[in-house]
Amino acid sequence: MKVPIKVTVNGKVCESEVEPRTLLVHFLREELGLTGTKIGCDTSQCGACVVRLDGATVKSCTCLAVQADGMAVTTIEGLAQNGNLHPVQEAFWDNHGLQCGYCTAGMIMTVTELLQRNPHPSADEVRAGLEGNICRCTGYHNIVKATLAAAETMAAAPASTTATTEATEATGG
Amino acid sequence: MYTPEFDYHKAGSVAEAIALLISHDDARLLAGGHSLLPLMRLRLARPSTLIDIGGLGDLKSISVHGDAIRIGALTTHGEIAASHDVRHANSLLAEVAGGIGDPQVRNRGTIGGNIAHADPASDWGTVLTALEASVEVQGANGSRTVAIGDFFQGPFATAVGENEIITAVTVPTLTHHEHDTGHGHGHGHDEHGHDDHGHGHEHDHGGGGLAALHGEVGEYAKMSHPASFYPVVGGAVIVNVENSRCVSARVAVGGLVPTPVRARAVEAALTGQELTADNIAAAVNHLADDLGAAIIGDVFASAEYRRVVAPVEVKHALFHAIGLAHH
Ligand code: FES
Ligand code: FES
Repeated sequence: MKVPIKVTVNGKVCESEVEPRTLLVHFLREELGLTGTKIGCDTSQCGACVVRLDGATVKSCTCLAVQADGMAVTTIEGLAQNGNLHPVQEAFWDNHGLQCGYCTAGMIMTVTELLQRNPHPSADEVRAGLEGNICRCTGYHNIVKATLAAAETMAAAPASTTATTEATEATGG
Repeated sequence: MYTPEFDYHKAGSVAEAIALLISHDDARLLAGGHSLLPLMRLRLARPSTLIDIGGLGDLKSISVHGDAIRIGALTTHGEIAASHDVRHANSLLAEVAGGIGDPQVRNRGTIGGNIAHADPASDWGTVLTALEASVEVQGANGSRTVAIGDFFQGPFATAVGENEIITAVTVPTLTHHEHDTGHGHGHGHDEHGHDDHGHGHEHDHGGGGLAALHGEVGEYAKMSHPASFYPVVGGAVIVNVENSRCVSARVAVGGLVPTPVRARAVEAALTGQELTADNIAAAVNHLADDLGAAIIGDVFASAEYRRVVAPVEVKHALFHAIGLAHH
């Protein structure tokens, strides 16, 4: 029996009918075509599937689409504003924070929340905050570097940070 | 990977959730889903109906009443870790919550869901057992309270009835507010600020100076699976110390036998002793003395391995409690 759901994804209201067992990640990728979010381990360990649900990062492979009913989801596709990459995206680009890129969408989503909670993290705090995201290529070094660089840019230009935060909150239902 | 098929209902209230449980055979409650969904995907659980209680705001609360702290069943690990009330009333709870899984797991996983799942090695199971918590359970005929010692009945089995729902966990406060000792040992401690509220002594982190140690201190140490962060074996201790002598101790271990258990033999061995490194090391050797039930083993850790690691975790927790970092 399909269940009607209404989820605001990247600011757009999406109404759909889903099988209850549809995972949020499948809903995003297959139903909405938002394939930026990846499936890695499929067992809530690797973080490739991290999205923000009402602002909180979650592993969308361990969340049913029906559980997101009435909530707001932000995926990697929703971070850029008016054609400008989010400062965290820029920092990953500038600091070579990715190699194959498979972990990157999840990493970036996690970093956006990490920097919102702790705008001036130490390298150790960044590493602790990335516990739920596995990268098989980079050795994490440049991901940490990118995160620290993003923290600096965002501190120097709080306007763009605020704009993104507001965008996240505006979709927060 | 999909779960098997199921029917889905969203409960609008606790009463409705109970009514749905009564009217559906083989139904399970869905909170954050971080224990149940993985089980269902592995076909280790195949409920025909899921009742989603994730929207029940009433069950998301933290309140301190006198010497008890009441945590609503749907409060997430992340909310517990971030709560000032929790940190003041019982800093052990906040530290344990902040060390569960990873940030995403802490954003979704709930304390009620965690204990309902009753993994023998669960962080909450071990720590709440040492803290002598109690669990509020509601059914059609009202609420009842289950002492944590009666709550866990076996691996993945609890005292919660078929048509009952866990509504809250109540935990005694600690009389002494342990401060951040800055030992970066990765055993569930996080980097939150030092809380200097209401305690009247200093630890000497140099390793000596235990003469001034007073009050009730709680600590937890665990060995976790490196990828999933699921605890494999954990030890929780609450020691009541006067002039560095242990007046009373509560010690619990998880991941050793089919449920979290109190290690009474270790408690007895610690009581009356001065808490020195040598005395602690001797006391934890009694860990398996009175545990009776067979030590469990699985693909991550054999029974023999757990038997060796468990006393080490209890020892680490005790060392942290008295301000001695372990090696
Ligand atoms: S795919 Fe979700 S955590 Fe790995
Ligand atoms: S860049 Fe390849 S997994 Fe992280």
